Amino acid sequence: MSSMSKPSAEPAMTARYRKRLFVNRFNLAMSLGTMAFGMAFLLWILTVLFVNGFGALAPSLFTEMTPPPGSAGGLLNAIFGSVVIVGVATFVSTPIGILAGIYLAEFGKDGWLASVTRFINDILLSAPSIVIGLFVYTVYVAQVGHFSGWAGSAALALIAIPVVVRTTENMLHLVPSSLREAAIALGAPMWKVILMVTLKAVRGGVITGVLLAVARMSGETAPLLFTALNNQFWSANMDQPMANLPVVIFQFAMSPFEDWKTLAWAGALLITLAVLTINILARTFFRQSAVR
Amino acid sequence: MTATSASMAMPGPMELRAEPRGQREPNPPAQRHAAAPWQDWLFERITMLFAVLVLAMLLGIIGALSYAALPALQKFGFSFFFTNVWDPVKSQFGALAPIYGTLVTSAIALLIGVPVSFGIALFLTEMCPPMLKRPLGTAVELLAAIPSIIYGMWGLFVFAPIFGDYVQPLLQKIFGDLWILGPLFKGAPNGIGMLSAGVILSVMVIPFISSVMRDVFEIVPPVLKESAYGIGCTTWEVVRNVVLPYTKVGVIGGIMLGLGRALGETMAVTFIIGNAYRISSSLYEPGNSIASALANEFNEAADPIHRASLITLGLVLFVLTLIVLSLSRLLIAQLAKGEGRAT
Repeated sequence: MSSMSKPSAEPAMTARYRKRLFVNRFNLAMSLGTMAFGMAFLLWILTVLFVNGFGALAPSLFTEMTPPPGSAGGLLNAIFGSVVIVGVATFVSTPIGILAGIYLAEFGKDGWLASVTRFINDILLSAPSIVIGLFVYTVYVAQVGHFSGWAGSAALALIAIPVVVRTTENMLHLVPSSLREAAIALGAPMWKVILMVTLKAVRGGVITGVLLAVARMSGETAPLLFTALNNQFWSANMDQPMANLPVVIFQFAMSPFEDWKTLAWAGALLITLAVLTINILARTFFRQSAVR
Repeated sequence: MTATSASMAMPGPMELRAEPRGQREPNPPAQRHAAAPWQDWLFERITMLFAVLVLAMLLGIIGALSYAALPALQKFGFSFFFTNVWDPVKSQFGALAPIYGTLVTSAIALLIGVPVSFGIALFLTEMCPPMLKRPLGTAVELLAAIPSIIYGMWGLFVFAPIFGDYVQPLLQKIFGDLWILGPLFKGAPNGIGMLSAGVILSVMVIPFISSVMRDVFEIVPPVLKESAYGIGCTTWEVVRNVVLPYTKVGVIGGIMLGLGRALGETMAVTFIIGNAYRISSSLYEPGNSIASALANEFNEAADPIHRASLITLGLVLFVLTLIVLSLSRLLIAQLAKGEGRAT
């Protein structure tokens, strides 16, 4: 069949061949179009954010507290609260995630416990964050009787753990067994082999996982609604409701007051810049496949 | 990875005497110093404890939510899921409207998101110049990194007015008189409602679906594609007849992952869906999804039965995403199994 071969010189332009070429070009053009579609939305969102956010950036953001409706102010308490809540959550979730990842990669291997855990972990990676917030509410906030920064950190930690588990396990699988065998042959006990040889060899990848988890936590709003809530004033007491950027943005953006909306855009810009910077840093400095 | 740095971890004199851990060790060496095998035993148990903790998380969520949901289930029974009423004043609650809203918005998200994600994955695997592959791939993934609340603000303040002024009237003009599609596009085009929420959701799920599709497209053995090219197939024909059939299971898995994401997406939907407990045939009407109902009402719900009803909604959402995501994982794993390579 002439149409099945790709002639080197002048193609035999049968009707069928022309149709195939057309279908091919059309579909590839559509594919290019979808790529442009995706990029257009990314650029659109970022442009809107920068235009609205930069106009609202002012030094007072970092020196003043969140204002009452209808007056100017800053976001200092919210920024502080976010950093503290995310910091505590990172501090708690990192060791838990790494140790669980070590079990999956080094001890569990093909046992049923590891297989089931791996499966559940992958599901928790994509589980709706609002349900995690609801969970922390029912087991902690409802029992203690008040919202608190601790509860917010707990909810965020539960979101971060699966991310850290997945990257740690993936990274440990990359370590060649010869490295482990060499360390074992020198007489090192297993726990030293893992902590001081294999884990050390993939330090960069594990840090990437932690960074991506931090980025994910910084933007989460839904789980904080039912846990840390919000606080209009300066509060460094983790046992009390705490201001945090995402919830402040939510509240201010939904309000009818112009001052609040401006602050919400400024906060949105801050959060997005932080999240995107962490993401790009993590991806460029420690090359590894993305966490889903 | 930095394999050389690992060799620096020279064991000290104490460790040199330590006993290697190995299953195959029929005859322990005669001269054997106490190497504390309990340390290894303890270390393994500790890591196992944390792995079990991950399992416990899932069971804990289901258990705690079920327990907290009991009052609502006892009061309204099974009909809770099929009743369209949400009246905090009379303490009457039924979950049909938010469940309907969740399913409709997710369906719209997939309807738009799947073809676009497929196009993006096709572009990145088959057409993209190698130099642009990394930056463009990262750019698509950045769509997933943008916090959901940013999508919400952009959606409410920028996207909705434009969508309501230009796109919605246009859709009404095109589809408004058609027999089945017509009613879907009835109503005031004000940019807020289930269609807008679905469109924004579609942008949010694109990075997840396209990333899975990319991964599975790349595991197609080159020799298969080369044979097809060799007999003169065009790029599209190779994708249509070789790549897609080979990766079908994984592609469906990716779509399910996107669905799981869309079902539980909260903040963006809350901003734009309109928050009305209503089941309307028109996509222009405001609605409510499970997640947006929770985000909006939970903190204001003082009535215990109101609260329990909302928690029941959360439980429904969790179980729903659990099923969808499990399917997704199983499908992707099935494809990966043949490759000896996990996605």
